[in-house]
Amino acid sequence: MSTLTREGRAAGESRAQPRSGDRLSDQHDQQPPDEGATPPGGRPDDAALEEMGNPHHGRAVKDAAARVVMWGAFGAVIVPLVWILYTVVSHGVNLLLSSTWWTNNQRNINSGDTGGGARHAIEGTLMMAGVTAVIAVPIGILTAVYLVEYGRGPLARAISFTVDILSGIPSIVAALFVYAVWVTTFGIERSGFAAALSLVLLMIPVIVRSTEAMLLLVPNELREAAYALGVPKWVTVVKVVLRTAFSGIVTGVLLGLARIMGETAPLLILAPYTKNFQRDLLHGNFPTLPMMINQDRGDIGFATAAERMWGAALTLILLVLLLNVIGRVIARAGSAKT
Amino acid sequence: MAKRIDVTDLNVYYGAFKAVEGVTMTIEPRSVTAFIGPSGCGKSTFLRTLNRMHEVIAGGRVEGKVMLDDQDLYAPRMDPVAVRRTVGMVFQRPNPFPTMSIYDNVAAGLRLNGVKNKKTLDGIVESSLQGANLWAEVKDRLNKPGAGLSGGQQQRLCIARAIAVQPQVLLMDEPCSALDPISTLAIEDLVGELKNEFTIVIVTHNMQQAARVSDRTAFFNLRATGEPGRLVEIADTTKIFNNPSEQATEDYISGRFG
Repeated sequence: MSTLTREGRAAGESRAQPRSGDRLSDQHDQQPPDEGATPPGGRPDDAALEEMGNPHHGRAVKDAAARVVMWGAFGAVIVPLVWILYTVVSHGVNLLLSSTWWTNNQRNINSGDTGGGARHAIEGTLMMAGVTAVIAVPIGILTAVYLVEYGRGPLARAISFTVDILSGIPSIVAALFVYAVWVTTFGIERSGFAAALSLVLLMIPVIVRSTEAMLLLVPNELREAAYALGVPKWVTVVKVVLRTAFSGIVTGVLLGLARIMGETAPLLILAPYTKNFQRDLLHGNFPTLPMMINQDRGDIGFATAAERMWGAALTLILLVLLLNVIGRVIARAGSAKT
Repeated sequence: MAKRIDVTDLNVYYGAFKAVEGVTMTIEPRSVTAFIGPSGCGKSTFLRTLNRMHEVIAGGRVEGKVMLDDQDLYAPRMDPVAVRRTVGMVFQRPNPFPTMSIYDNVAAGLRLNGVKNKKTLDGIVESSLQGANLWAEVKDRLNKPGAGLSGGQQQRLCIARAIAVQPQVLLMDEPCSALDPISTLAIEDLVGELKNEFTIVIVTHNMQQAARVSDRTAFFNLRATGEPGRLVEIADTTKIFNNPSEQATEDYISGRFG
């Protein structure tokens, strides 16, 4: 076998060392690919060398074209983003610096008045997001665990299909569904909690899909390593699989939160706005930042209302940003170490 | 601390596909048994039936009997989790848990099964790392991540993790195929030491390795792709390599095919 290889080499190139010939004689099982016989691409050496010294064929043009397209796409995404941020910050930042913004509500403040704050809406949005997350996160993560670790056959396929449908539901439809069940059928009043229920419907599919993707990224070898140590499957799922996917799951939860915190349609239908503090999720109107924006947008003819609208919008962006930062810190603390 | 394995007429299936057919063999305690054979001949599949890891894969099932001393591993009431505590396994690619430190990796098998006593754990972690010839290299950085070690160290970490749960048998599925020669040598030396305590079964693609480390060698082969793999012969390693009974074994050993 080795003589054959050497002959093949000798004809082609003189630089080839006979190193692999020696190895072959004591390793039957691993035959390295015979690099020397045919140059990569099947071209003779001269052609490859010539191209190396002279790269200005079609490829440089394609490279430039791809560059232009890529930067163009980047710009198309970044320009609107910066524009929005600039508009919101420039219009809203003054109010956020005022002393009462973070402490007061809007009680007895009419559209044309200045003063007051957004504390009621900030609290309301955080409470509602918190309640939504407390319900949606366990359901979403457990569903994903079922789909990835346990689910086989028709039931798993049906659940997966349902999640797909759920993720396509417009938020106003989710709100109407909750209205039909909560208010029309059971006769319970509209409230912050009812709105949170419709947000749960919107958040679950986001969490299921992102968690699913993260669990699929956990190498099977880790599961096998745990099984081989005599660890039961459920302990493996909790302590190894979920633990390894932790940071990704946190990111998914944050994406879900960001999605629902800005939702307005369910609030319009299920949780009418109030300018007062309201810490009771189960009864009465409920203040939230999207609804505050909506309220002041209705009176945008007043400069004061317009400014409040921008202020509330900036506050909402900052809240989502803050949650993101907190989530990143949590995710980093719990992620895989190398 | 070591048990004999008796396999009788074992067929292994993936769904409807029969991967391994009619294997009968005895694996002696306190010795190293090597499985050799071409790719796809079912040696890894068969190895995984010895601690019921085979059935982790969807559709995996067996027919036949595997006895560990006097216990039937496939008896209806036998718990696969209990089997895997008795028969440990080391895999082809080192697979330490990425979220855990070196210490936690070794302690994982015990911790995940409820052992909490710090002193017990400390003792077992040290003795297991010493057993895996890794203690001297890592004793000052037990709290560093296991994934930060070199490939060879990671594999020895995985061996330490496997022996920490004090199994009777240790299965090794091509444990050196992802390692360089120096690390391979370290693992081979380790196998030689571990056989004083455990029954060791090692799958390898490297025939020199089988010749170096094993007491007995089993040669697996398959007639053609799509056919189930079979055990061609099992005998003392010196006999397999010097004077095999079967022509197919001799052809494979001497490099005439495969």
